[in-house]
This record gives sequence, structure tokens and C-alpha cells, in this order.
Amino acid sequence: MKKMLMATTAAALVATGAFADGHSKEVKIGIHFGFTGPIESLTGHMADGAELAIKEVSDSGMLLDGMTASGMRVDSGCIDNGLAVSNGERLIADGVAGIVGSDCSGVTGALLQNVAIPNGMVMISPSATSPGLTTMEDNGLFFRTSPSDAREGEVMAEILQERGIKSIALTYTNNDYGKGLADAIESSFKAIGGEVTIVAAHEDGKADYSAEVGALASAGGDILVVAGYLDQGGAGIIKAALDAGAWEQFGLPGGMIGEALPANIGPDLNGSFGQIAGSEGPGIENFEKMAEEAGFLGASPYTPESYDAAALLLLAMQAAGSTDPAMYKDKILDVANAPGEKIFPGELGKALELIKAGTDIDYVGASAVELIGPGESAGTYRMIEVKDGENATVGFK
Amino acid sequence: MDFLNAIVALANYVLIPGIAYGSQLAIGALGVTLVYGILRFSNFAHGDTMAFGTMITILVTWWMQSVGISLGTLPTALLALPFGIMGCIALVLITDRTVYKFYREQKAKPVILVIVSMGVMFVMNGIVRFIIGPDDQSFSDGPRFIISARDFKRLTGLDEGLGIRTTQVITVVTAIVVVALLFWFLNKTRSGKSMRAYSDNEDLALLSGINPERVVMITWIIVAALATIAGTLYGLDKSFKPFTYFQLLLPIFASAVVGGIGSPLGAIAGGFVIAFSEVTITYAWKKVLGYLMPESLEPNGLVQLMSTDYKFAVSFVILLIVLLFKPTGLFKGQSTT
Repeated sequence: MKKMLMATTAAALVATGAFADGHSKEVKIGIHFGFTGPIESLTGHMADGAELAIKEVSDSGMLLDGMTASGMRVDSGCIDNGLAVSNGERLIADGVAGIVGSDCSGVTGALLQNVAIPNGMVMISPSATSPGLTTMEDNGLFFRTSPSDAREGEVMAEILQERGIKSIALTYTNNDYGKGLADAIESSFKAIGGEVTIVAAHEDGKADYSAEVGALASAGGDILVVAGYLDQGGAGIIKAALDAGAWEQFGLPGGMIGEALPANIGPDLNGSFGQIAGSEGPGIENFEKMAEEAGFLGASPYTPESYDAAALLLLAMQAAGSTDPAMYKDKILDVANAPGEKIFPGELGKALELIKAGTDIDYVGASAVELIGPGESAGTYRMIEVKDGENATVGFK
Repeated sequence: MDFLNAIVALANYVLIPGIAYGSQLAIGALGVTLVYGILRFSNFAHGDTMAFGTMITILVTWWMQSVGISLGTLPTALLALPFGIMGCIALVLITDRTVYKFYREQKAKPVILVIVSMGVMFVMNGIVRFIIGPDDQSFSDGPRFIISARDFKRLTGLDEGLGIRTTQVITVVTAIVVVALLFWFLNKTRSGKSMRAYSDNEDLALLSGINPERVVMITWIIVAALATIAGTLYGLDKSFKPFTYFQLLLPIFASAVVGGIGSPLGAIAGGFVIAFSEVTITYAWKKVLGYLMPESLEPNGLVQLMSTDYKFAVSFVILLIVLLFKPTGLFKGQSTT
């Protein structure tokens, strides 16, 4: 029996060794997004965005010594920490060199603590925006191409003030993302002299939100700000508020911006406004064109950020000359920030070449990447207003 | 004027939603109570039976919408409802033949049947998710409001709006019709009387020549119809999502137990007690009191007994209180202890 065990173990070891060898010319990037769950209508485009960058790098043939790159998608569930961690471990077991993800703030924290730090794996999230992640101990392994919600709170407060709104009622989805964002909006709006009549949580996945809306309506306020998810309770709250005639205008932070919301709610949503991380300029224009050719929606929220996250991982590997996370994690800030030659979407091949030649680069990408603090985006926001049933961009901040 | 505003605000946020929700719970609880009274076990699969019947109704509704059949201003789902009921009847009768009959013939204890019904619940749960998926489905059509809050404000000149949804009125009307039919059936027809006799005393009923299998079959048919109607009304009024139907099990059972399980009248009363407790305890009274009280006494806080997060906890607590102090419920049903 003992011999048998030894033999099988040895065989397994040899086999894994052989596998590892066979794949050494390929670098795998994990794509850890919530393909099921509250933002499932966004994650398909996001993953397409990340894979577009990976394919671009792979096709250029310039990565390290002509290595190819491929993406591996797993589900984070967005709000399911157990699922997120076990799928994260699957990525590690499959030998990925870096992770693009996760998407929602709660699972991103869980993935960082339970998978990335113990295994020394680098992860870049395109969409986790909780302020809590800024201060989380990360051993230099965690970055994000999206700004912290603390910044979004300031931006939202400014927009509200510009529109002459004096008081708001605030409801948030009961998790890390919702709570963090609601805190940020509340403190920023109060700091500039606004009044917050009530801050109340709502649970996702309920059929009926009339009770929640009843409480919010009692407190009053010029508009209702819904820091929730567009596929979940956020949409339910807006529907119930419209049904009860409690509010006609809504403030919509990032999680509520998406094509699905005006489509679901209908013309009553016209005139509501909000903001989402996003930028203007040649970067996003190029990217949207490339996305269209590849057959997905480049303007979909957090899709440019996903492209940038994957691009940054691969450029940093090139700069470090290694796919070892411990080696390339220190290079991410170098390639993302000035000084250096500006790199836009579609120029990843050129960037790899420049790095190989020893030239410094400044990756701008699709979302005007500029990493500050412990490695998070400084953040520009697209101001959105719902007009004729569509999310129209009315400016940048 | 302030007084009117207070009444309108109360009606808009408490009375109308409470009545609609209460009717939905009442029809659901009637199904549970019939199974308990006649088949003598707590049917945990009831929420998912509702989901299954509603799913068939939705599928037929979609088909009707695609070929252009409609009921004018009323939702097409009402036309599809009979098909949903038929599908649901087929499902529960098959379940009864293949599962429950075996245990009934063995004279299994009620607690075993409860566990069996949980198994059935998981299977039905899976079937529904497999066919229609776990997501929200929308199937209502026709005008959404009889009067919308905005129009009401314009018409009356009050500060508060009163929105009445078409589905809320349909719910209440359907509930009244269904309950009237059920009571007529139970009290006036031969089959209904044999059901009540079987429920009161099984052995005596058997001795007087009542065919037990027939009673069981009729019961399941009625239960399936009630479940489908309750589920469809809830789905029309709110939204259809398999998971929320599973969650409905708790308030439905609370309704049945509060009213006195096994008593149809109690199920209806229980439905409204639970619905109004949930709504009033979690409602923030600031607005209503603000209109009613003189300015100096106006409340600063929200005057909310409990956050809306604890909505389901309310049914739990009421369930516990009733079981502790009055296990037979308001209308003297069979004791659950």
C-alpha cells in the first residue's frame, strides 16, 4: 500500500512538473468577476475588455521571450465570499501569473486576504471601489484601476450642490460597497452644507420594497440617492418609490449606471442623474472603437478599467522581465505613471517593445490611469443624466 | 387639509400595500391550512408549488403576448391563469401519487411527512430554476396604475399622492372571489362536506363511506389552484423570482398558525394580521404624525419601531408569541403542539 502511495504521488509530481513545463511559454491571467450575481449584466463586457488586452499582448509576440498570454475566467458571485475564495484558489492551482479582479468590494477584500496574500499573488481590480480597501494591509499586492468611493462621494456632493439640491434621502445596498459609498456621500454632502434626512440600508433580492420606500419617504428630501446595484435592490427601490409617488428624481452613483436601468424602469427615470468612473480623450475613443470591432460594448461601466487592469499586469511583467508576482509587483506603479512615453489602447505591442528597449512608459490606457496612494486610480468621473430612456454623458469631473 | 394629507399618506404607504399583501398571504395560507387540516402535515413545499404554478402561468402569458392574445386593459396573465392552475394540479397530483401516497398508506407520522415535503420542496425548487432560471421575470402588461400618485396630487391638490396599482385592485377582487367560492364549496357541496368530515374525524368519515383517496385528490386540486392564484397575484403585483417565493413560506405559515391552522377563516384573518404587522411595525410614522400634530409637537426622529430590515423577524416573533400563548390560534384551529 505504502509503495503504491509513493508511486502514485511520484507519478503525480512528475506529471504536474511536465504540465508546468509544457505551459511555461504561456502566461495565464485569471479573470475573477461576478458572472452571476448583482452586477452580472456588466461583467460580460468587463471580461471581454480584459481579454482584449490579453489577446493584444499575446498577438504582438513581444511579451518576454515571445510568450503567449491567455485569460481564464472564474465566477466571483460579486457578493459570495465563499465562492470567490474557492474560485480564487482554483486560479492559483491552475498556475495563473496575476489576477484581474475581483469586481465587487466585498469579494475583493476576501480574495486579497485569503488567496492573494497567502500565495503572494498580484491582483488588480477594475471595479472594487470601497474606501476600506485603501487602508487594507496588502503587502504591495493589490492595485485598482478604479477610484475609491471616498472620491465618488466628493464628486456626487459637488454635482448635487451644482444642481441646487439642498437635502437628500440616502439608501444603500447592505454590504461593504454600499456602506462605504453611503458614508462617503453623507460626509461629503454634509461638509458642503447639504442635509441628509435619512440613511437606510436595503437588502438585495427582495420582491417588494414598499416598506423601505415608506420609511424613506417619511424622512423626505429633495431627491433620493440610491447607492445600490442596478440589477438588484437598487432598481426595486426606484420602482417602488415611483409607484408610491414618493420621488420623481433619483441620484445614481456608479453601481446604478448601466443600460439595463433605464430599460427596466422606463420613461419615469428621465431627469435622474449620477456619475460613474470614466474618462474622455483619445484613450477611451480608441478603446470603444476596438471594442466595437471585437463585438462588445466598450462604453459599458468598468470595461475600460478592465482592459487597463489586464494591460498593466502584462506590462509590469515585461518591465520586470519575469512573470513572478514577487518580481513584477513593484513595477506596476512604474509603468502606470509618468514619466515616460504615453501609451493608449491598441498600443500595447509598442509599449512592450519600448520597455524591452529600456524606455520608460506612462500607461494612460482607456481610463486615463494614474495610480495614487497605495495603488488606486485618482479617478475621473463621467456625469450621467438619463435622457429619453438612455444614459447620456453630460460632462466630466 | 393636514388631516386629509395624513390619511392619504397612511393609505398610500400602509393601508393599500397592506391589504394587497394581506390578500396574497391569505390565499397562500388557505392552501397551507387545507393541507394541514385534511392531509395532516405542514406542507413546506407550498412556496415552491406557488412558484411552479406561477411559472406555468408566466410561460403561457409570454406565449399569448407573442401571438397577440390580450385581455384589453387587464393583464394577460389572468387569461393564462387557468393553464397555470392545470399545470400545477398535474404536478401536485403526480407528486401525491409518487411520493405522499406511499407514506399515507404506511400511516407515517406527521413529522415524517413534513421532512418528505421538504424534499419535495427542493425538487420543485430545482425544477422551477431549471425551466425559467433564477432571475427576476416580468410578465405584467396593461396599464400599471388605476390612479398614479402624480395624477392624484393634481386632481385633489393635496401634498400627498395616492397611487393605486391595477394589480392591487385585481389582487383584492380575486381574493374575495376565490374565498367566496372556496367557502361555498366547503359548506354547500357534497365533496366539500366530505372534506370537512374527513378533517374532523378520519375514522368516522371512513365508516360513513367517504372515499379517502377522492378527498385527498380534491384537496390537492384546490390547494394547487389556490397556490397558483396566490403566486400569480404576488408576481403580478411585485415580481416573480423563485427565491422570493421560497422566502414567502415563513409569512404564509405565520398567517396560517396565527389564524389557527386547519381553519380556513383563520387563514384569512392571519394573512391580514401578519401583513399589517409587518407594514405598520416597520413604517416610519414621522410623516403622518407630522400632519396630525401641532407644529410644536412634530417629531424629529423617524418614529419607526423597527428598521425595515427586520420585516421577516416580525412574522417570526408573532409566530412564537402565538405558539407560546395560544397554540390553537385566533380561530381555534387544530393545536399544533
